[in-house]
Amino acid sequence: MSKSQSHINDTQITDEIVAEHGLTPDEYQMVCDHMGRTPNYTELGVFSVMWSEHCSYKSSRKWLKKLPVDGPQVIQGPGENAGVIDIGDGDAAVFKMESHNHPSFIEPYQGAATGVGGIMRDVFTMGARPVANLNALRFGQPDHPKTRHLVAGVVSGIGGYGNCIGVPTVGGEINFDKSYNGNILVNAMCVGVARTDKIFYAAATGIGSPVVYVGSKTGRDGIHGATMASAEFDDASDEKRPTVQVGDPFTEKLLLEACQELMASDAIIGIQDMGAAGLTSSSVEMADKGGVGIWLDLDKVPCRETHMTGYEMLLSESQERMLMVLKPGREAEAEAIFTRWGLDFAVIGELTDTGRMVVSHEGQTIADMPLGPLADGAPEYERPYVPTATAPAFDAALLTKAPDMGAALKTLMASSEIASRRWVYEQYDSMVMGDTLAGPGGDAAMVRVHGTDKALAISTDVTPRYCFADPVEGGKQAVAEAYRNISATGATPLAITNCLNFGNPERPEIMGQFVGCLEGMGDAGRALNFPVVSGNVSLYNETNGTGIMPTPAIGGVGLLKQLDKAVGNRLTGNGQVIYLLGETHGHLGASLYQRDVLANDTVFAPPPVDLEKEAAHGAFVRAAIDDGLLAAAHDISDGGLAVAIAEMSIGPGIGANITADGDAAFWFGEDQARYILVVETDDAVALEARAGDLPLTRIGTSGGTDLQFADKVTISVAELHDLNEGWFPALMQG
Amino acid sequence: MQAAVIVFPGSNCDRDVAVCLEAAMGQAPLMAWHGDAALPKCDLIVLPGGFSYGDYLRCGSMAANSPIMREVVAQAQKGAAVLGICNGFQVLTECGLLPGVLMQNTGLNFVCRNTRLTVTNNKTAFTAQYAAGEEITVPVAHNEGNYFADDDTLKQLQDEDRIAFTYAPSDNPNGACLDIAGISDKAGRIVGMMPHPERRAEAALGGEDGKRMFTGIVEALS
Repeated sequence: MSKSQSHINDTQITDEIVAEHGLTPDEYQMVCDHMGRTPNYTELGVFSVMWSEHCSYKSSRKWLKKLPVDGPQVIQGPGENAGVIDIGDGDAAVFKMESHNHPSFIEPYQGAATGVGGIMRDVFTMGARPVANLNALRFGQPDHPKTRHLVAGVVSGIGGYGNCIGVPTVGGEINFDKSYNGNILVNAMCVGVARTDKIFYAAATGIGSPVVYVGSKTGRDGIHGATMASAEFDDASDEKRPTVQVGDPFTEKLLLEACQELMASDAIIGIQDMGAAGLTSSSVEMADKGGVGIWLDLDKVPCRETHMTGYEMLLSESQERMLMVLKPGREAEAEAIFTRWGLDFAVIGELTDTGRMVVSHEGQTIADMPLGPLADGAPEYERPYVPTATAPAFDAALLTKAPDMGAALKTLMASSEIASRRWVYEQYDSMVMGDTLAGPGGDAAMVRVHGTDKALAISTDVTPRYCFADPVEGGKQAVAEAYRNISATGATPLAITNCLNFGNPERPEIMGQFVGCLEGMGDAGRALNFPVVSGNVSLYNETNGTGIMPTPAIGGVGLLKQLDKAVGNRLTGNGQVIYLLGETHGHLGASLYQRDVLANDTVFAPPPVDLEKEAAHGAFVRAAIDDGLLAAAHDISDGGLAVAIAEMSIGPGIGANITADGDAAFWFGEDQARYILVVETDDAVALEARAGDLPLTRIGTSGGTDLQFADKVTISVAELHDLNEGWFPALMQG
Repeated sequence: MQAAVIVFPGSNCDRDVAVCLEAAMGQAPLMAWHGDAALPKCDLIVLPGGFSYGDYLRCGSMAANSPIMREVVAQAQKGAAVLGICNGFQVLTECGLLPGVLMQNTGLNFVCRNTRLTVTNNKTAFTAQYAAGEEITVPVAHNEGNYFADDDTLKQLQDEDRIAFTYAPSDNPNGACLDIAGISDKAGRIVGMMPHPERRAEAALGGEDGKRMFTGIVEALS
């Protein structure tokens, strides 16, 4: 045994060392019980990452089990690298969303880049070719001293990775709020396409089968990244920079192509990305899912640094690495493929019948642990929670100070939430692969399934203001908005992934937000037949005891069987008839109007979500599009009816005369289950006829270069366009 | 006719351009590997967009020195038509088949958007199906597309009518000299351009302005 290796495992395990590894005294005692002895330093390290919140979901598992995960469209639900749904003709969509919040705050470029790289590996590990990336980002107040630096770094990192690997970044969302000043959120989503009979899973079977390492070499980067992501920040968090991984999209592109080539054969038994907790979690998960044991010889692991200890190799989160179990005898053909792509390939161990993970290094056994407790033995916490108090209804007296309608609309169009994201998305290659039918800026992105006439519609959504004011309604609304955004293109919503970003779960009020949001999300998923097939939980998004707004981001995926039926969210000509579908009650509580026009941050109740109406209105919109009746459709969300109309107008530069009339609550209320539908004059009668009892109201006509509201307010479309486009460049120019 | 698309490690528009070539030719092009020293005799060779060799060292410089490029240069000198798109254009300047360099965009950011182009020269082997001076819309997606050459070279390009495409003056996305989006060799057989015609070659993708690059060269070579 080398000096460094013996030194590390000879370390006496003290209470301080246990605490540094993020384990509580009780958890450490459980480790000792499972081991039947005191773990050595390496074993303690392995247990600590496997039992971290990030890997074990110990605070959230109880509640995640209550989400709807089934449906005839579901091929693989939560628990694998990514979810898989059936999109017909033997094709499957494979997708997941994942957070990279903590690293992105500390080192925005690499944090965001490796978030994108990690989620793509989750998707192509399953045999899919990634076809679309999206990202849901939350930053602090626009004028916070760190915000510009973080926005610039994150956007550049996302582009730097996705552009290079050649997968289009087609959509996403960005919010700014003071609750994210100390904890930004970077949630990356990837969607891939595979054949249903060529899906690859993690489970490793076959005693004696070779365990193979492919991809980049292992370095010392990212050690204990998963543990960092399981703790709050404090003023010294910048010191955690060494735990941030460094990405190399070029290597990932080679890894993607090499894996696709090998996957075309039948040599692979199981395959798993080395993501959080690296070699440790990938080997534990593969062996545990296959019900076998695993032996690893760390002397065979390709390293890019010298004198790495076994502890470092096991916990490194170096990027662009995969672990595979091959059929015995297929090593040579696999090695030839990886060598041709210039990648490392090494047989580093084999499957055993011991049910244990045994690790050798420099001729010694440096770790010998039971697999079951590592994979599933982390305690499941029933953390105490306090349901969020019911917020009062919006105080209409606030409207006595309201500005006039035109001024309010201008304020909203240039607000941080509504302003055009062009500055961001033009830094992303949104068109590579030649199948992007609708890129950033629409309700949902649309990507053609290569070589077919069908398309996937994809959207990410959540309104954190709502979730903070009422977690249950906010959880429902996030799912409902994704459902509406997909329906507005004509596609049928099929399934969702989620990325659940919350504060410290050890605080009962934060746990109350979590429980509430999941209840709402579950209700909506069941009512809308929109099950959860994959996801990720990111807790401890807190700095010095202040948490973020609850942010359960949803990534929805839908299918359009005939892509030429899709509609966009812009007016497409003059003289078109504009309809409002859905009831308008004028809910201003937790609205953007309250925050940005009234500049009021009192917590009022958000708009309630009626899931039956969401389903009925969504079905109506999809059927109308399928029958070719609509020229455009747009979901109504932040900023209400007036903002939705303006958004449809500024892209094409076509005005409208809106004859409907009402007060601020009418124009800017954020009532749910609403769409704007646009038809050619000839189709108006047909649309009205099929509406039946549904609340479909004719509200105006397109044309001209101004937006006119009830003959009282006239605003030039060009002015609104400039306000909307100007905000982001001005922010980044400083 | 025989067409080949060169695949470097890190190329990512190779499939996209192959789709367009197959649509224009009725048969799939040969996909040629960067490490191969031999290439069957080709009438048309395409260097696709992407990040060959990760754009490490300098965009296109390592690809320009790969084994297959010796063969590409040799066939180009014997008259094969060569098209370099985006990273492929960078490779063509690095290997000396076209003059000048592609520097970082003046905005310092990657830029992906549609641009309005003028077909400045419709007499190259690739642009014959466009009208002289025709305005078309084709997207760009690059971080290093800022075409630069010394004054003598720029004058020579103008005098020899070798500027194939220019950006509309108000729509130059990268600060390129003379708004240059694409140039050719003297014979008009080798064209390098930053915009991606393969991304706008069917109506479903927003337009067909790029399609005539492919149908045009196939017609010229058939």
